[in-house]
Amino acid sequence: MKKESSPGSSQTGWYLLFMAWIVVTTATLGSLFFSEVMDISVCELCWYQRITMYPLVLILAVGLFPYDPGVVRTAGPLATIGWFIALFQTLLIAGIIPEAVRPCVQGIPCSESHLSLLGFLNIPTLSLITFSLVGVCIFFTSRMESS
Amino acid sequence: MNRKPLFLTGAGLIILGFVVAAVLYQNNQSTFWGGQDQGVFERQGAPVKGPANARVTIVEFFDPACGTCADFYPFLKQIIDQYPGKVRVMMRYAPLHTGSDEVVKMLEAAHRQGKFWQALELLFKNQRRWITGHVSQPMRARGLLNGLALDHKRLDSDMNGHEVTSAIQMDIEDGQSLGIKATPEFFVNGRPMPSFGLRQLKQLVKDAVEESY
Repeated sequence: MKKESSPGSSQTGWYLLFMAWIVVTTATLGSLFFSEVMDISVCELCWYQRITMYPLVLILAVGLFPYDPGVVRTAGPLATIGWFIALFQTLLIAGIIPEAVRPCVQGIPCSESHLSLLGFLNIPTLSLITFSLVGVCIFFTSRMESS
Repeated sequence: MNRKPLFLTGAGLIILGFVVAAVLYQNNQSTFWGGQDQGVFERQGAPVKGPANARVTIVEFFDPACGTCADFYPFLKQIIDQYPGKVRVMMRYAPLHTGSDEVVKMLEAAHRQGKFWQALELLFKNQRRWITGHVSQPMRARGLLNGLALDHKRLDSDMNGHEVTSAIQMDIEDGQSLGIKATPEFFVNGRPMPSFGLRQLKQLVKDAVEESY
């Protein structure tokens, strides 16, 4: 049976969603910076991740005003799908998934890493971190509101 | 803190961060172009239109299969005519389309016989006949060139000769070091367009002419 959530939990829930929104908005503008300002070509897998990431900016914002924890039902699946694609691409670049399963066109291979920050952070890893953070925030929001 | 101001502050900060980063990056890029070795822009022996002693050189990295390159071609001629004796155009190969690597070999081989521009115009005019679904069909392009007064035997042997392939290789390498990912890409006396467009190209040429003469 569903209990009423306490005012304290919805306060924390709101901040968790807000954090997820901050993360996803930063990542969205960051990815636009890479493609539009730095002119880095966008590969196929990157597009799939964008498809799941960009809507979260609006979906989470709508869930914040007025606060509606039900937004996790929409945001959760998107973040999960994005997370798996990011994981796949990160493993592809790391060479853990073999070359034969590379799904990308010749022009812009997804297994090529364009950018490396601090020696290990490439774009798909950043994407994986983003989806993980968003996933954690969404997960705890939903736990908090259902407990 | 109230939720709405917090949200608006967050949004504002992220957007501000984006704008500042973009401006800083653009400024950094213009320093990058200024610091480029002039040698990467031009190649001795590359096809040139316009007087050899012109002080303004437009270098175009192009792909014969690129529709926009064909669209720009008449305007390039216009620009050269607009500043008689002052502007020349150098063409460099950037075969980005599948199959274009073979077609640029034909152009470079035709260039060895002084027929680069005729061959290029023919290919640009008839792009539909030798490109299907953005993929170059080298055999069809070769067929078109049969209409030109060329030593065809020599063209075919030159195409795979060392001189032709090494000239193309050099263009590809210079293009890569200049970060060329799309065609056409223009450099006017080593300066790139601030953003892509005919107006920007014309402005760049105008500035260069005013500086040089």
